[in-house]
Amino acid sequence: MAQEIRNYTMNFGPQHPAAHGVLRLVLEMDGETIVRVDPHIGLLHRGTEKLAESKPFNQSIGYMDRLDYVSMMCSEHAYVRAIETLMGIDPPDRAHWIRTMFDEITRILNHLMWIGSNALDLGAMAVFLYAFREREELMDCYEAVSGARLHATYYRPGGVYRDLPAVMPKYHESPWHKGKDLKRLNRWREGSLLDFIDQFAEDFPRRVDEYEELLTTNRIWKQRTVGIGVVTPEQAQEWGMTGPMMRGSGVAWDLRKKQPYARYADVDFDIPVGVNGDCYDRYLVRVAEMRQSARIIRQCVTWLRANPGPVIVQNYKVAPPPRARMKEGMEELIHHFKLFSEGYGVPEGETYCAVEAPKGEFGCYLVSDGANKPFRVHLRAPGFAHLSSIDTIVKGHMLADVVAMIGTYDLVFGEVDR
Amino acid sequence: MTDTQPTSLAERLVARFGDTLKVTTQRTEVMAELAPGDLVSVATALRDEAGFKFAELIDLCGVDFLGYGQAEWNTTDATATGFSRGVEGEAMGRFAWENRPRNVRLPNRFAVMVHLLSTTLNQRVALRVFCPDDVLPLVPSITGVWPVASWYEREAFDLFGIVFEGHPDLRRLLTDYGFVGHPFRKDFPLIGNVEVRYDPEQKRVVYEPVTSVVPRVLVPRVIRNDVDLEQAEAEAADDWRRN
Repeated sequence: MAQEIRNYTMNFGPQHPAAHGVLRLVLEMDGETIVRVDPHIGLLHRGTEKLAESKPFNQSIGYMDRLDYVSMMCSEHAYVRAIETLMGIDPPDRAHWIRTMFDEITRILNHLMWIGSNALDLGAMAVFLYAFREREELMDCYEAVSGARLHATYYRPGGVYRDLPAVMPKYHESPWHKGKDLKRLNRWREGSLLDFIDQFAEDFPRRVDEYEELLTTNRIWKQRTVGIGVVTPEQAQEWGMTGPMMRGSGVAWDLRKKQPYARYADVDFDIPVGVNGDCYDRYLVRVAEMRQSARIIRQCVTWLRANPGPVIVQNYKVAPPPRARMKEGMEELIHHFKLFSEGYGVPEGETYCAVEAPKGEFGCYLVSDGANKPFRVHLRAPGFAHLSSIDTIVKGHMLADVVAMIGTYDLVFGEVDR
Repeated sequence: MTDTQPTSLAERLVARFGDTLKVTTQRTEVMAELAPGDLVSVATALRDEAGFKFAELIDLCGVDFLGYGQAEWNTTDATATGFSRGVEGEAMGRFAWENRPRNVRLPNRFAVMVHLLSTTLNQRVALRVFCPDDVLPLVPSITGVWPVASWYEREAFDLFGIVFEGHPDLRRLLTDYGFVGHPFRKDFPLIGNVEVRYDPEQKRVVYEPVTSVVPRVLVPRVIRNDVDLEQAEAEAADDWRRN
């Protein structure tokens, strides 16, 4: 007698193009319907928190870039803020404004990556190409300011590593960049970095219109996202959701407004919120956030143009002395040597500092026992809490909707696995 | 309503929970220490009651307080021992798995930190629970109060070996399948306990004790009590003006 077995188990990832890195899902299916999802994470677990315990404070800033590797400076911001809170130091105004500006540049970078990869997952190739065109320009800003396109290590306790460059580097003629193409690439690069950023931010809403034209009223896009992965406001709260995941469900919660840090209290912007809490609303929220980020960036540029000044605290225990002084002054030489070998001691205590990273609340819980290394660092990654809800949200959906849901969570495994 | 209506969160916590919580405020951050037995009831009250409304659990993590406040480099007695005072020691990263300190018993070695957020009242609170037993750290699970605690508790179990009583599915989360030990404990070596390589004879990947990495520390852990941040600031400010 033949017996019909309906449920079966399917393995998804970790080497699946829509798994956004190294997610492994064990899916229990009834036909094409999901009955249970068991995510297996940790394939990218590097023990960042333990590594940070073995190094002086400053040497771990670079690890923060490698957590959420598409919103690098925001992770740095949380860690650096935690150190500053324990030490009781406040960076100069200009550093705060630079951080605000680069947090928003980072937000656009992250959302561009998200819109490109999410659309690609759901079958729209072109958006990816458009999004990477703009990402390239923003990564040039990262490079101009820190020397690195991705892992900047730009924020330091007490400020930022150095002031914004007065000259924006240009493309040189090469077999790959020549003629009209070279002219287009260099059209905003005649002045300083601020000029470049200003022109980018002015032009950017037009680019967002292009993505919207491809997706917002696109029939296939709407079929794949409207009514899919609905998160109610109650679910968003009990699953610890933050950022666009929560705002998509209609909860107007944004740390930049509610618990302002850096100079967010001084800039003018709106918090976009969704209505239905489905994948489509979260798409609209993120697109609207990109426009708001461009708005914030322009306000920062205006302030930064008008107010030159120091960008890091003038305290040699925390920030290195100017190199010219080091060549002749014994004190400066000692400060420099001690800072880069032993580091600095952070007063005993503990703190939790959070920033509104593009994906949600990125927090850093820091315990110091007074030593030059952290006693315990715990990094609260938004993606970790979001992913843990996948079983509840995706149950009853079709297999293809799991891909839409993974995309809308905006997962990056660097931060989920840490 | 009385005239002495508590206004700050710390006061409200003391008024509502009394001796159950040991409330401290550092800067603007409110932290409450409590016994494991009270955790679930306090958590439920904090989630539901007016004045608290902590609908979101933001973070939960384990902390291992072994070696808290211990430095590797004695700064008070400098000349007697020279640099060797900085390269010897039993701190993290300096020992291999077989040489790890065993049976180190300290009262209240493990703690669980819980960070809560209220989006309606815009306030945060941190809860700390010390595990009474160091050999089998046991804390009640709060997955019934906030479902998101499930993964955080699995993570703390995986990395610290803290057991959450009543957790429906307490499996390892981040470490490898079949991993032995709890890597974020302070007596777990930084270089790890096993490494993998491909064995051409057996034609498969094999696990072996770590031999390719030497335990070492480049910068010793130093605690100085003589650092004067303000003086350094004054000196530096003077220099910056000259530049």
